[in-house]
Amino acid sequence: MGNTVNNRRVVVAMSGGVDSSVAAALLKEQGFEVVGISMQLWDNSSEEDAGASTPGSCCSLEDIHDARRVADTLGIPFYVVNFEEPFSREVVDYFVESYTRGETPNPCVKCNQVLKFEVLLKRALELDARYLATGHYARIERDESDGLKLFKGVDPEKDQSYFLFTMTPAQLEKVIFPLGPLTKTEVREHARRFGLRTAEKKESQEICFVDGDGYPEFVSARAGQREGEIIDRYGNVLGSHRGLFRYTVGQRRGLNIGGAGGPRYVLAMDMEANRLIVGPEEELLTSGLEAREFNWIGDVPREGEKVTAKIRYRHPGVASEVILAEEGKVRVTFSTPQKAVTPGQAVVLYRGDVVLGGGWIERAIKGNVGQ
Amino acid sequence: MKKIYFDHNATTPVAEEIFEAMVSYLSDEWGNPSSIHWAGRAPKKAIDEARENVSALLNCTPQEVIFTGSGSEGNNLAIKGTVFSRKAKGNHIITTRVEHPSVMSTLKYLEREGFEVTWLDVDTEGMIDLAQLEKSITPKTVLITIMSANNETGVILPVGEIGRIARAHKVLFHTDAVQAAGKVPLNVKDINCDLLTISAHKLYGPKGVGALFVKRGVRVVPIIHGGHHERRRRGGTENVASIVGLGKACEMALRDMDEVSSRVRALRDRLEKGLMEKIPYTTRNGHPENRLPNTANLGFEFVEGESLLLNLDMLGIAASSGSACTSGSLEPSHVLIAMGIRPELSHGSVRFSLGRVNTAEDVDYLLNKMPPIVERMRSMSPLWSAEEGKRAEISFEEKGH
Repeated sequence: MGNTVNNRRVVVAMSGGVDSSVAAALLKEQGFEVVGISMQLWDNSSEEDAGASTPGSCCSLEDIHDARRVADTLGIPFYVVNFEEPFSREVVDYFVESYTRGETPNPCVKCNQVLKFEVLLKRALELDARYLATGHYARIERDESDGLKLFKGVDPEKDQSYFLFTMTPAQLEKVIFPLGPLTKTEVREHARRFGLRTAEKKESQEICFVDGDGYPEFVSARAGQREGEIIDRYGNVLGSHRGLFRYTVGQRRGLNIGGAGGPRYVLAMDMEANRLIVGPEEELLTSGLEAREFNWIGDVPREGEKVTAKIRYRHPGVASEVILAEEGKVRVTFSTPQKAVTPGQAVVLYRGDVVLGGGWIERAIKGNVGQ
Repeated sequence: MKKIYFDHNATTPVAEEIFEAMVSYLSDEWGNPSSIHWAGRAPKKAIDEARENVSALLNCTPQEVIFTGSGSEGNNLAIKGTVFSRKAKGNHIITTRVEHPSVMSTLKYLEREGFEVTWLDVDTEGMIDLAQLEKSITPKTVLITIMSANNETGVILPVGEIGRIARAHKVLFHTDAVQAAGKVPLNVKDINCDLLTISAHKLYGPKGVGALFVKRGVRVVPIIHGGHHERRRRGGTENVASIVGLGKACEMALRDMDEVSSRVRALRDRLEKGLMEKIPYTTRNGHPENRLPNTANLGFEFVEGESLLLNLDMLGIAASSGSACTSGSLEPSHVLIAMGIRPELSHGSVRFSLGRVNTAEDVDYLLNKMPPIVERMRSMSPLWSAEEGKRAEISFEEKGH
């Protein structure tokens, strides 16, 4: 007992998908004492509609069932822990508040940050585990300075390091990502080799706690909605909107403003006036951004150093310069203007494959950021 | 790995003699007990005998016993069956806040269907106030349903007095005796109840079978309509082997209860005393005397009960936080909350429920293994460090003076 060198116990966060299933199987094969845990995070069913389910979302009861069946196949202990309360408080409330502030939230980052790497990691350590493992495509490795660094996953299509920028040094010590060196194709091959029922399972893309009606109904049911005007940058009223939370920067569809001048895109929200500001595509371009609550995992870029900034998960990244501002804020200047910088999403900085850090986008900056 | 079972309130291992009694009804004696021909004769006789065994345990007549598919079904039938048949008289039901989900959910369903339910509070020891019960009765009251013993804390409720109050006011009284049966004497005449639920798998019998006592003359409408089975009060071909198992379980309970209960009580006390001595900041949940001899519900401060259970499981020790939930996950106990136990402490509470298979070695294994786990978990808790700091300061001051 105790966290000795001989302790081979690893808790694997099992979502019921192919990735975490294979993570568990690989660790078992490597001789670890694997314990599977699924987090029960959200339950839409009530007594009135008992038996009704929310299909297709991560962490649903069906997924927990799959996780349990995989654990049975692997012959490992498996537990379900009920984290509905912290999930509702830390992820769902944040999600709604973010929209009501005119931002576009990223609940997956928040779920990793709080549920996986705080609440579940604590649970794993209470179980005397040496590590918590997840099915993320990212790598944690020691660099020359002997500090642990977070790296992109090997599969460029699947790299999920963007979602992990909030990790702290203490978390890097205690977390492992068995899928970091693998491609998705290889993971599926392993799943077939282990005979896992999740081998051909589709990826879940939706937000796990939002059902068929989509997020706008979810948010309006909790926060209410206030109609307002749609304007252009010059203040001309072009139409009306049905609550600012229904829109995201860069969005074109669903504005219902016909008229001349070509397609228009959401540029920004004016929360105080409750107005949605739209404009032509070229006005989406900005030269930089300011981010808050910045977390540095690696070292801070040198003055004038060009690092790569990713401003959303599927963003290819842009060469940028970085200036530290007050109160954990960071200003990023792109070498070429970028479209649709979206407040509420994360900006994550890379030097090559190494994650340097990341923060939450507060606002886009037009013009020359450095001055 | 060692396997030690301290979760007998969840279910019990099937006793060898019960299994033996059942087997032939899953093989040679496969007939339908309702048949008039030879094939039905032996199964019919077996059911009759089982009914007699159940009635002997409860001190009622065999005709007052209805076989059901579970304790939950028995509770559903008792409640819905009586209130639906008494709609003309009234729509008010009285219960407590600490009932089993099969009673609670049934009553919540009935509330949505227009019934009114009074949920009696319990005190910090899990006891109800009889005066409050009596005051709650109105001319519209058709049923009082209160458990005989609580599954989480083992607290025994004063069903005899409740029965007298119900009778005085001409209100039907149902008691969920699923946990009490086989652990403490149950006599429907002493309890003065009109309906009483038991379940076989808490009595070393099989799962999927139970019985409901319905006093002669009390009308119960069926919730499962069907043929003439169980005097038209519960449709479905009898689950012969399981009913035989239930009968055998009741026979065994009646025969062994005194011996087993006193032995189990001694083990439970050893376990409880041992843990409370070895682990500081441990409290007992529930009434110190009025409780089942096999149950100990203990709160360990600064510890997450769920983690504690998982740690124990990895050492082969089975215990529980209260009730086993459908998904296998754990929720804060409504029973401990109703008793006014602080949420932090109710989260750190564990139920140990012992049974006839347990030995002193089992208890000592737990007493050796559990304190270091709690100590390790507490060492990771910031709240615990703060508490430790406070204690160190106090002892420093004491030394200084």
